[in-house]
Amino acid sequence: MAVVFEKTKMLTDVPFHYCPGCTHGIAHRLLAEAIEELGKEDEAIGVAPVGCAVFAYNYFNCDMMEAAHGRAPAVATGIKRVHPDKLVFTYQGDGDLASIGTAEIIHAAARGEKITTIFINNAIYGMTGGQMAPTTLEGQVTTTSPYGRKKEHCGLPIKMSEIIATLDGAAYVERVSMHDVPNIIKAKNAIKKALQYQIAGKGFSFIELLSTCPTNWGMTPADALEWLKDNMIPYYPLGVKKEVEL
Amino acid sequence: MAKLTINEDACKGCSLCTRVCPKHILELNREKLNAKGYHPIHCINMDECIGCASCARMCPDVVFTVER
Ligand SMILES: Cc1ncc(C[n+]2csc(CCOP(=O)(O)OP(=O)(O)O)c2C)c(N)n1
Ligand code: SF4
Ligand code: SF4
Ligand code: SF4
Ligand SMILES: [Mg+2]
Repeated sequence: MAVVFEKTKMLTDVPFHYCPGCTHGIAHRLLAEAIEELGKEDEAIGVAPVGCAVFAYNYFNCDMMEAAHGRAPAVATGIKRVHPDKLVFTYQGDGDLASIGTAEIIHAAARGEKITTIFINNAIYGMTGGQMAPTTLEGQVTTTSPYGRKKEHCGLPIKMSEIIATLDGAAYVERVSMHDVPNIIKAKNAIKKALQYQIAGKGFSFIELLSTCPTNWGMTPADALEWLKDNMIPYYPLGVKKEVEL
Repeated sequence: MAKLTINEDACKGCSLCTRVCPKHILELNREKLNAKGYHPIHCINMDECIGCASCARMCPDVVFTVER
């Protein structure tokens, strides 16, 4: 018998601290497998966010740096410019990237930094107890939008992939989902492609993964995946938003 | 013929794997608690496993190793 699936060596033995059924664990695995499949285990350097993934540095089996909230793209810029031969990634949530860190992500993309950002869009601030994020859907109930997000009051959710795709420095931008196995496989291929754009020196690459937060959404993990499919995908369409020639 | 190895103590009982198994042979073991206090996943009929690794790809906590 041959091994068809085993835990990638790009993940450490430390068990994830995430809630049961949280898709952060899937996203970690996909990124780690993509790095291993590209043979870049010894070249990878990651930057962890503030948010539920704050302990990501314990899980990836490579050098990791912890950034202040939202500042991961700035920290990654510094790392990549000092070590242009390394494979540098940031891993960031939607509160981190689309709220407090909007300036950093936009300008890293605009400058065409040769880094890869993995963007976990779970439409909420998970770590702090489920507050509304810029990505929270219209009508979605959170602790700070108890009657549902209202357009008149908060505007509509920000589509980060579409914004990043307008910037000249962005080389590859794709939105994927993790709500079922075929989409999880597609998500890994997208992450791998984004890393390949970095390796080829083409510019900034960005993968948005539609994700769940069963705990703060107040759903079972299975219902959360269904909710993602039925509510997030219509507003956040999947697919490649920008792709320069590789 | 396929073989499933389960890292029971890593399981958080989220049941996402049970939904994607085409053979419906994964269940939480209500007779047991793991180190984290969850009912861990177990395979109720190993002979039926086709080694497709869907469970492993869906699991957020990398509980499964699959051989075929
Ligand atoms: C400067 C600063 N402001 C605010 C916070 C509080 N804070 C911690 S995590 C977080 C939001 C996290 O949400 P997100 O990035 O979506 O990550 P998730 O937990 O959902 O994965 C906030 C506001 C902080 N730690 N530092
Ligand atoms: S609070 Fe939400 S995002 Fe954070 S670990 Fe739990 S389920 Fe995941
Ligand atoms: S490998 Fe496939 S058939 Fe076997 S338990 Fe997992 S999902 Fe079911
Ligand atoms: S998906 Fe993983 S953590 Fe969830 S019940 Fe199945 S084996 Fe356990
Ligand atoms: Mg979030």
